[in-house]
Amino acid sequence: MTGVLIDILSWGFILAGSAFVIVGAIGLVRMPDLYTRMHAASVTDTVGAGLLLVGLMLQAGLSLVMLKLLFLMALFFFMGPVATHALAQAALGEDVKPLLHEDRRNRLKAKDAEPDTATAEKGD
Amino acid sequence: MFTAAAIAILFALTLAVIRAIRGPTVFDRVLAGNSIGTLAILLLAVVGFLNGRPEWLDVALTYGFLNVISTLAVLKYFRHGDLAYDAEEDKAQ
Repeated sequence: MTGVLIDILSWGFILAGSAFVIVGAIGLVRMPDLYTRMHAASVTDTVGAGLLLVGLMLQAGLSLVMLKLLFLMALFFFMGPVATHALAQAALGEDVKPLLHEDRRNRLKAKDAEPDTATAEKGD
Repeated sequence: MFTAAAIAILFALTLAVIRAIRGPTVFDRVLAGNSIGTLAILLLAVVGFLNGRPEWLDVALTYGFLNVISTLAVLKYFRHGDLAYDAEEDKAQ
């Protein structure tokens, strides 16, 4: 009974993981610029890989295989963010600009400039 | 069930390869390469279970470490143009 329950649970995890892996890969192809693509790729790295490995762990049961899967999960957990951070840092250093609908720094500059013009008008 | 997961991972691999070929900047290609590595690790784990020989996980672990190190090395090369670059040394000069 519990065997069937664990099987169903692990199948659910594996199917959900596969779905997230596909979603991340579609995002990798469809997203418009590097930084949004990194966001999509991180879906594969975290949720997709995590759910798949948990599903495999449930199939493996308590054994050495489960420990290896845990190590794999730890690897993804620690090394994924490190690689992503290095990638963003290197891309920014090489002047790869994010694709923006509107640069909000300009809006901030406009806000800073406004009070000056208002006081200037009052002075007139 | 493992077959379905393997097929999904292979499909994702195809898409990642498409991004690696199309990627306008070198960083897109590095990102795609990193994703391909991640998917290869998952594929190794799943295929190991598919064949009833989960010992392939050792290969997957090794490949994971190699993947991270190679990504960082390539990024360092494109960032500083030198694999032996040392930030401390640069500051001292």
